[in-house]
Amino acid sequence: MSATIVSLPDQSTARIPKVNFLTKENGILSWLLTGDHKRIAILYLISITFFFFIGGSMAGLIRMELLTPQSDLMATDTYNKVFTMHGIIMIFFFLVPSVPATLGNFLIPLMLGAKDLALPKINLLSWYLYIAAGTIAIYTMATGGVDTGWTFTTPLSTHYVNTNVLTTGLAVFIAGFSSIFTGLNFIVTIHKMRAPGMTWFRMPLFVWAHYAASILMVLGTPVLAIAIVLVALERTIGIGVFDPAKGGDPILFQHLFWFYSHPAVYIMILPGFGVISETISTFSRKRVFGYTAVAFSSVAIAVFGFFVWAHHMFIMGVSNYAVLVFSLLTMLVAVPSAIKIFNWTFTLYKGSITFETPMLYTFGFMGLFTIGGLTGVFLGASGTDIHLTETYFIVAHFHFVMVGGMLMAFLAGVHFWWPKMTGRMYPEKISQLAAVVTFIGFNFTFFPQFILGTLGMPRRYAAYPPEFQVLNVFSTAGATILGVGYLLPLLYLTWSLKYGEIAGNNPWQATGLEWQTQSPPLTENFLVTPIMDHEAYDYEWLEKQKEKEVASVG
Amino acid sequence: MSHISPVIWQFLVKWMTNFALFPPEASKIAPQMDALYFFMVLVSLIGLTIVILLITIFSVMYSKQRHPVAVQIEGSTLLEATWTIIPLGLFLVMFVWGALIYFRVYTPPANAMNIYVVGKQWMWKAEHPGGQHEINALHIPMDRPIQLTLISQDVFHSFSIPAFRVKREAIPGRYTSVWFEATTPGTYHLFCTQYCGTNHSQMIGDIVVLTQDDYKKWLAGSTSGMSLAQNGERLFASLSCNACHNTRPDARGPNLANVYGSKLALSNGGTVLADDAYLRESILNPSQHITQGFQPIMPTYQGQVSEEGVISLVEYIKNLNSGYRIQQTLNTTDLLPEGEGKSTPAASGPAGQKTAPQGMVKQ
Amino acid sequence: MSDSTAIAHGAQEHAHGEHPPYLRHHFENTAQQADAAGFAMWLFLLTEVMFFGGMFTAYLIYRNWYYPAFVAASHQLNIFWGTLNTAVLITSSFTMAMGVWCAEIRKQSGLVLCLVLTFILGLGFLGIKTIEYKEKIEKHHVPGFHYSLQSFLDPASDPEIYNEYHDKPLALDMARHTEVYFSLYFAMTGMHALHMIIGIAILGYMIFRARAGAYTAGHVTFVENFGLYWHFVDIVWIFLFPLLYLISRHAN
Repeated sequence: MSATIVSLPDQSTARIPKVNFLTKENGILSWLLTGDHKRIAILYLISITFFFFIGGSMAGLIRMELLTPQSDLMATDTYNKVFTMHGIIMIFFFLVPSVPATLGNFLIPLMLGAKDLALPKINLLSWYLYIAAGTIAIYTMATGGVDTGWTFTTPLSTHYVNTNVLTTGLAVFIAGFSSIFTGLNFIVTIHKMRAPGMTWFRMPLFVWAHYAASILMVLGTPVLAIAIVLVALERTIGIGVFDPAKGGDPILFQHLFWFYSHPAVYIMILPGFGVISETISTFSRKRVFGYTAVAFSSVAIAVFGFFVWAHHMFIMGVSNYAVLVFSLLTMLVAVPSAIKIFNWTFTLYKGSITFETPMLYTFGFMGLFTIGGLTGVFLGASGTDIHLTETYFIVAHFHFVMVGGMLMAFLAGVHFWWPKMTGRMYPEKISQLAAVVTFIGFNFTFFPQFILGTLGMPRRYAAYPPEFQVLNVFSTAGATILGVGYLLPLLYLTWSLKYGEIAGNNPWQATGLEWQTQSPPLTENFLVTPIMDHEAYDYEWLEKQKEKEVASVG
Repeated sequence: MSHISPVIWQFLVKWMTNFALFPPEASKIAPQMDALYFFMVLVSLIGLTIVILLITIFSVMYSKQRHPVAVQIEGSTLLEATWTIIPLGLFLVMFVWGALIYFRVYTPPANAMNIYVVGKQWMWKAEHPGGQHEINALHIPMDRPIQLTLISQDVFHSFSIPAFRVKREAIPGRYTSVWFEATTPGTYHLFCTQYCGTNHSQMIGDIVVLTQDDYKKWLAGSTSGMSLAQNGERLFASLSCNACHNTRPDARGPNLANVYGSKLALSNGGTVLADDAYLRESILNPSQHITQGFQPIMPTYQGQVSEEGVISLVEYIKNLNSGYRIQQTLNTTDLLPEGEGKSTPAASGPAGQKTAPQGMVKQ
Repeated sequence: MSDSTAIAHGAQEHAHGEHPPYLRHHFENTAQQADAAGFAMWLFLLTEVMFFGGMFTAYLIYRNWYYPAFVAASHQLNIFWGTLNTAVLITSSFTMAMGVWCAEIRKQSGLVLCLVLTFILGLGFLGIKTIEYKEKIEKHHVPGFHYSLQSFLDPASDPEIYNEYHDKPLALDMARHTEVYFSLYFAMTGMHALHMIIGIAILGYMIFRARAGAYTAGHVTFVENFGLYWHFVDIVWIFLFPLLYLISRHAN
């Protein structure tokens, strides 16, 4: 009895299907002017990987500076620019588009039985906006950078820095519209283009998660856009909306900014939740436990997520009673995430579990996201937030949920759907090693930061009191290991494009319409529009399909 | 934490502090906040352990080799209810507990000694009522409630004392406040924790907690002339506030004796509490709140007086409990030759308000 | 939600006589396509509501804090032009709606006429806005650029407005807050004007295509959805007009 569910065709005779979305048309223009959601997904995958490594290099620089208590590796101004750009690139150019723009774009039409997203031209526009924004961001870095922190706090960003605030603001503004159009496309597709028989509750949970994230993208991002416009006007012509000397209020900026930026974190994590639902189901050979609960909890997070923004402002002088309301709502928004973790855990119960790479990343996600999420509760309780806010506790918290959570989910998804996207398997042993190395490196990097935060070490400090050095050195050591863990997939996934084993339609023997078609898929996805006559994660249906296949091939 | 032996508790905290894993507890609120913190750590550990244990046990028991055929289970409403209600209950406990501590930190007692702190890029300036000025340091007596009234001169800063577990944003344009009571003499870190530009990491200092006697000695040794209230009185006269705000029956401005802390009736029918923020606003934006029975003729002093100047004026008004000192300033002002230290604000009447007097008054 | 019927498409080339040329191949039928496009436009308009919403929030807060300044500043706006603009825009919404109807009943000449009228009215709106902005520039009421408090400190120096409203002079600090009003005025009407410009540009394109018969052969989706956008821009103005122009128009 093998310890894996992987089922590959006979490698001596197997071939990648001649006609697929990669080979259908050739030439650079066929890629740059494509409407095919799968090609756009690949374009996004390459672009966000590029930005990830830029943001990652900045992280490396930060950790190197923090090896010593003094500000000795680079000028303090430079350090301020490095952490600002690290935040902006990682958030807007990696995390927000990561799963939705790559995996979401690729898979949602396939999972729904559709031939493409509802608005293919808008999809392509979305990518071009992303590239334009990214180009402007790189230009910003090349011409002196920006040092306001990714949060653009006024009046610092409007009146007190001489750096590229406007260009960065423009880059973020354009990236925001890229995100809005992606979300808009998903919502229309999910509402209007499901295959016959695909009711809402037969959709994969991956789609539910993207639906919830898309609502946030569509409703929240415009408020960030207007906040940036107002900062730009304030900075150029001094309109005074945020300037106390002219009767304005800098706290207004905080409200407008966080009204988007809190839902933004749910935009980032919800698609990751979607991936986890798929992998945990496939590698336990079971329907996700509590499908309805997981589906509704995604929507609940999206709704509640709009009403908690001021928990980023607890110590800024907002009224105590406002703090009460937002603290309570923050506690409520924490519950659906807990529900998901337990439902996924119980999906393992009486399953048939194997430990391929996507499952390793999934386990990593569940442990690290639990820690990250629970530490969010430390911050949501207003009393403890007073001590912990604006310290490394916050830095540790969001890296646990975003890197330990979201990035792990992204890697789980990339590995899981790699055979579908490319037709080839990645090398299992080295990828499992990379997953373990990443997990170890991550904990070494970020766990000490919780302690540093409780000790009181402030965030965004280039220099710190000497007694904090030991923990900082630990953290940097971990970051080195983490870097190796992220470099490995880049190498072996590229290698697998030429030398990976041929995967066949359904190497994981998963349910889901995307696995019932060839790998890589045809440009039009399906020759015949599928009819959804079974529930999601229906492994009994899958068995019957296999029996039919065996019977017909003879 | 009455049910944990205080000896063990102290030992735990001291041990963690010595290994630089936990900050010292040096204020009255610190152990209260730490109690909630450790409760949260405990709950998190238990929650995490449950999740990890379940994942591990299920992975072992139901690995493909041990359990080749999966059993399809839809779900369990009972389990859903359990793991919804228990976390929700725990989170709500943390919410209430946290809210209690939050209110405690930001509701100063009436007898707190007030110290003003002005943050600017990249230093903290503390102004004691007795006139002592400190930069990047704060000397305070132990066992006395101290309230800090904070404001920024430029961008957002945040005044943080980890050992006391208190932190408050210093914002341009309005006062914020926080209070604490130090319990252990010593020197503790002061950090600015809101990113404020180039030298954000250099905006640090020392909080020096002294015994009552040492504090008296320090006060005597570091006084620099006038107390804040005295400086405020000087400004009150030189800015000609006393031209309208005097105790004469036909005065154009309300009598400011005992106004601090009272509820004022406004001309638009509402009432307002005359606290520090109100006093500051009335100096800089007087048109927004007009006291009932008076005309809206007070000119703004924005641009005429610095934040420290405003602090001195506020401190002066806070301590005014009779019109005697105001009368004194009038006498002094009248004695001065024309044009010396006098500005001319109220030569205008209700129609045709001239722009306010030119030039900054020396602080 | 989707009541599309399943049509199996062969992988071979299908005769284009089976379905209209404008049916995009990822849709099963034109009904689904039109449905999806309409839904997408409504969603987009929702994002626009959120976009303008931030500025409306700022307006709400500052008007509440600085009411006298808002009243005095609002009196500086010319109610004749504002009302005329409102009428122009509502009329253009009418002509646009008529255009959509013409497209639906496949009356090409009617459609082109309505689009042209909408185009002209749109330009008219922008023209009037230009007149208003010019006036503001001349009176130094543009925030940041030599902003002048003269009209508010001494209303009598501005006889046109003073004779109408007899405003009391504002104190200096309250007068300074009029700059916040004008910031919001320019930001909100400017953003609105930007949306008008984009709309007019698209209208120009549509007139071109309408004359070629693109919208009167049964495929009205583009016109319909543009109509939605145009009505939205109109509705934003209908909120802006009272909030900015009509704060307190009775004489003191």
